[in-house]
Amino acid sequence: MKNKWIFNIFGLESINGPIVYLKTPKNIMFNEQVEFILPNNETRLGNVICIDENVTMIQVYEGTNGIRLDKTKTILKGKPLSIKLSEDMLGRIFDGTGKPIDGLGEIHSDIERDINGSSINPISREYPRNYIETGISSIDGLMTLIRGQKLPIFSGSGINHNELANKIITDSNIGKEEKFAICFGLMGAEFETAEYFKNSLKENGSLSKVVMFQNLSNDPSIERILTPKVTLTCAEYLAFDLGYHVLVILTDMTAYAESLREVSTLKGEIPSRKGYPGYLYSDLASIYERAGMIKGKSGSITEIPILTMPNDDISHPIPDLTGYITEGQIVLSRDLYQKGIVPPVDILNSLSRLMKDGIGEKYTRKDHAKISDQIFASYSKAQDVRALAKVLGENDLNDLDKQYLAFANTFEEKFINQKQDERRTINETLDLALNILNILPKEELTKL
Amino acid sequence: MEPKKITKINGPVIIATGDESFAMHDMVYIGVHRLLGEVIKLDGKSATIQCYEDTSGMKIGEEVITTNAPLSLSLGPGMIGSVYDGIQRPLKMLEEISGPFIKKGVQISSLDEQKKWHFTPTVSIEDTVEYNFILGTVKETESITHKILYPNHQSAKILEIAPEGDYCINDTIAKVQFPDGQTLELTMVQKWPVRTPRPYKQRLQANIPLLTGQRVIDSIFPITKGGTATIPGGFGTGKTMLQHQLAKWCDADIIVYIGCGERGNEMTQVLEDFPKLTDPRTGRPLMERTILIANTSNMPVAAREASIYTGITIAEYYRDMGYQVAIMADSTSRWAEALREISGRLEEMPAEEGFPSYLPSRLSEFYGRAGRTLNHNGTDGSVTIIGAVSPQGSDFSEPVTQNTRRFVHVFWGLDRDLAYSRHYPAINWMISYSEYISNLENWYDKNAEEDFLVYRNKIVKLLNEENELQEIAKVVGQDVLSDSKKLILEICKCIREGFLQQNANSEIDTYVPLLKQYKMIKLIVSIYEASDTLINKGIPMSKIKEIGFFETYPKIKNEVANIEMAKIDEMEEQYLDSLDKIAEEYKEVL
Repeated sequence: MKNKWIFNIFGLESINGPIVYLKTPKNIMFNEQVEFILPNNETRLGNVICIDENVTMIQVYEGTNGIRLDKTKTILKGKPLSIKLSEDMLGRIFDGTGKPIDGLGEIHSDIERDINGSSINPISREYPRNYIETGISSIDGLMTLIRGQKLPIFSGSGINHNELANKIITDSNIGKEEKFAICFGLMGAEFETAEYFKNSLKENGSLSKVVMFQNLSNDPSIERILTPKVTLTCAEYLAFDLGYHVLVILTDMTAYAESLREVSTLKGEIPSRKGYPGYLYSDLASIYERAGMIKGKSGSITEIPILTMPNDDISHPIPDLTGYITEGQIVLSRDLYQKGIVPPVDILNSLSRLMKDGIGEKYTRKDHAKISDQIFASYSKAQDVRALAKVLGENDLNDLDKQYLAFANTFEEKFINQKQDERRTINETLDLALNILNILPKEELTKL
Repeated sequence: MEPKKITKINGPVIIATGDESFAMHDMVYIGVHRLLGEVIKLDGKSATIQCYEDTSGMKIGEEVITTNAPLSLSLGPGMIGSVYDGIQRPLKMLEEISGPFIKKGVQISSLDEQKKWHFTPTVSIEDTVEYNFILGTVKETESITHKILYPNHQSAKILEIAPEGDYCINDTIAKVQFPDGQTLELTMVQKWPVRTPRPYKQRLQANIPLLTGQRVIDSIFPITKGGTATIPGGFGTGKTMLQHQLAKWCDADIIVYIGCGERGNEMTQVLEDFPKLTDPRTGRPLMERTILIANTSNMPVAAREASIYTGITIAEYYRDMGYQVAIMADSTSRWAEALREISGRLEEMPAEEGFPSYLPSRLSEFYGRAGRTLNHNGTDGSVTIIGAVSPQGSDFSEPVTQNTRRFVHVFWGLDRDLAYSRHYPAINWMISYSEYISNLENWYDKNAEEDFLVYRNKIVKLLNEENELQEIAKVVGQDVLSDSKKLILEICKCIREGFLQQNANSEIDTYVPLLKQYKMIKLIVSIYEASDTLINKGIPMSKIKEIGFFETYPKIKNEVANIEMAKIDEMEEQYLDSLDKIAEEYKEVL
């Protein structure tokens, strides 16, 4: 990259929200990193999103507050947006664009990477098979998490999904490995959320294994567009250069997508569903598809993006498109949450696509697949019975239907429900499932 | 004349202006990195170009050079078993050049130019050849003989033909002379523009089924060789799983699997599984009949748009050799979205949901390239298209699903509720259909059992009745239904669990030959009919349940291997005997 090609330009044409228009300078590149220097020497980061012969459109990530059309200096960096990478980033806290904010100084390194990354060649990928024991029965038993997988959590506002994320981090057996790291990307997070994660990581002593990028709700919203990319660039370095097993947690993807929509509208793009840009799918894919394993490299990236479904609607574009890209989803249910069942995993809506190849005799237990199939089938049947009971009343149900109701209730209370400090091994989880299935008569258990 | 120079860059869409004249759909090289692009709009001196690679770092004023040819594929031996990106660059070679992460601006040949192929001529000097005539053959894999086709539309006389021997794809294997005296040297490779359908002599009726070994498809909603089908389904309903099953087991000679804007790990899975699995017809690894096109969701969007055309052109090329080719396109929605994204960048007026107004015509063009054909060289082949659709919000009324539906003849609608209760394949039998049943009547009569369709129709009727009964049972409970209705519910439960559901991960159940499917249908229908007769005589349902049929039937699929299918006939006799005994017992009471 030719860092010497730096041009200074004075003055801007116009500003519209986070977008700045400039008379097209000579040699400006598409997607180039740009820095604006304000009269008070403050700097703002941006990149080139459209160029024609006359005007260049630049998206400014740290907001355009206080930028004047005159007296603003524009510096072209001659390279795409990139960040410096080093193993020293572990244990540090950065803002949403990758600048340190913990007062411990800049990161010094010769390694600098484009935050957009490059796509992994599909034939260089290694198919993920190694399961991760999270200690949570509903996940281990029914939607097993696999190393190198991207498995999002679909939640709703007010449901405490952060506790689930936290439980996964603290209880996962990956945490006990030497080369393990967490890359945390917070987008539009409340201050309390950021603090909650920081404190609990401190408590269990894993803060030194975490790289945190935080964009809080009061930070410029457009900065959020960079946060997941910066987080994943750091994760790729740790995983594929240094051999770490990296768990990437991105929360909240809804805030990210909303920022994307904001910019798209300002650019005057033709919107598709609910005003989101037509390229939302490709854009989300460029984030999620960075998870995985590569042949011949020891590290891995497992991604757990968290998103809140607007109005609990799973068919909203954000959860919908996410579900098409990720390898399954963990859906949280408000009904269960209100019943006091925690983590409120809605097992019928949830799925792990990579599960089938990462369970069984070689990995978990021989009967794992049969048990989980039976649970899904029986619990789904029990839902029909519940609907019938609403019409007829529980007393008018026949004996078999009553057994189904008992099964569903016990299953929710004993299996899905799990205290924050309770960790179940995979054997405990599967035995528990078998026990609960025994409530039903043998001839109903066709899948076992 | 001044060359065209870049005057605007907006993501993958570029405008170049200058004197040099470009033609529509010309392939061009853009800028200093020589990135590949295609002309999609011409206006005076400026040309709008879609770029197949990432445009970061490109500058105004860089030159654009045309190749004076449309986006074309190199067709020749060596394609089988390859993995290509959307514009036919072999990913294996790309990995060798740029490592595990794809770099841009890499130009590589689509076919291995060093490899020697054993060529056997089938024409002699002085022979006259016409378009698509077979010049010779090359054994491409153990099961596929690649036929070298004469590529020119004008007929010619063979002046020279290479003797049998080993040649590289670019070696001259023949020299021909046109009637006007001009001569042309031919190699084993030919170029074909992806957006132009390859011609054939005549369309044939699609009246041979494409057997897939999947019960719900072969027996209930069959597809033909040369037919078109769509698999719409929300996420998690098993579209990809079903596509994989079809790619593994259907009785086509060649499979072109297009991973269009889908997950990288899914392609990896195909790459891991297929070499290990054997084709039940040839006993050879499945990879020896498969061509993969992988343009995953994070690869450039314009190449995703092209990947569908790349796939179908390769399929048509093998069809012209007389092969039965099946295309699995997963997913056509991602292709439609690529159209939408590019259309948006061109600032075109959108139609429904932001999709361009030409979406239906593009879809119909694509599905229109399927068919069973008589080729110019006298062979007959077929291209079957099975396209997955990922409806937004699982809503089948969205534009891609609705428009696809207009152009395909088989609809396998996947249902979220079925998938939730782990009923796979989650094909909803109430909304799915196949328009090929009547075309296939003759085939079933001749090649399967004569009463196959009779039994099939009985199953469909039972399932319809069950659906109505379920509605009633939801309101009043099952207990109030009469015994004959309860029998229908029990039988249909068996049909659903024992016949419609099929476990792709079970060795016995993953592939089921048509004859076993027939035996399974016949078994359940005859038990139903015999039981129904008894119930009409007043014998209670509880007594009929005692024979144990309802517990056994769902297990047959997992316990009776394909080679032991005669056991199903024995079961039928045995259960019919038990029912006879019950009838005897009750003879005196009633």
